[in-house]
Amino acid sequence: MEIFLGFLKAFAVGGLICVIAQLLINKTKLTAGKILVYFMLSGLILQAFGVYEKLVEFAGAGATVPISGFGFLLADGAIKGASEGFFGAITGGLTSASAGITSAVVFGFLFSLIFKTHQKYN
Amino acid sequence: MTGKNKSNTNEKYLEYVSSISPKTNEIKTLFRAFLVGGIICSIGQGIRYLFSLVFGLEGEVLAGATSMVMIFLGSFLTGLGVYDRIGKFAGAGSIVPITGFANSVVSPAMEFKSEGFIYGLSAKMFTVAGPIIVFGVSGSVIVGIIYFIIGLF
Repeated sequence: MEIFLGFLKAFAVGGLICVIAQLLINKTKLTAGKILVYFMLSGLILQAFGVYEKLVEFAGAGATVPISGFGFLLADGAIKGASEGFFGAITGGLTSASAGITSAVVFGFLFSLIFKTHQKYN
Repeated sequence: MTGKNKSNTNEKYLEYVSSISPKTNEIKTLFRAFLVGGIICSIGQGIRYLFSLVFGLEGEVLAGATSMVMIFLGSFLTGLGVYDRIGKFAGAGSIVPITGFANSVVSPAMEFKSEGFIYGLSAKMFTVAGPIIVFGVSGSVIVGIIYFIIGLF
């Protein structure tokens, strides 16, 4: 039951974050790249005020899987690093985002080597 | 024909075009974004449960492992050409999750592979990921310095 509720929360919160993005796209014609940057920054700023971690506690992957969760990780790492000293404050963000960035670079490089661009299905 | 008449004609033509072109159903796009975004996040939640219940991972390792798997899936499905088809249906529902971030890395990299491995493939991997890393890392340094200064008092 608890697991079912966890899935439901992840679905609802993750879905809602995507709906906000879709609303922005419909109203403002923002491109995908800009949407990604703005959402990442929103997660980062919300976590700077300690807000986003509450959403993560509530929704789990519903809050960490959207790109705003990446901004959350960066801010969270920087805040934790800052408690250890100035060096930690500078390096903390990228340290906690390292899993995401490393896998994006390595898998991205690997799969773009293996696969070819597909014909566009119009 | 004077300039004024010409712009008048253009406006009428644009009105005519918008009256006969199909309206993008906004509710439908929102529903699709909700559905697909929700499904992708539920898959992430399933991976979290798998790693925590079966392998006993927790905390940052659990979060890192989950995003690795999601990025793997996103870039693999992009390579197969499946993710772009999901994207046509889902709109923001496939852009905003971390799998969409992986898609934005692999898609231009594959497309520009013919321009070489350095200025083509490797450079184009960062057309969208680059700005995210620039703003993300810079933002995290600002947050870190602010928290460090606050911690001094």
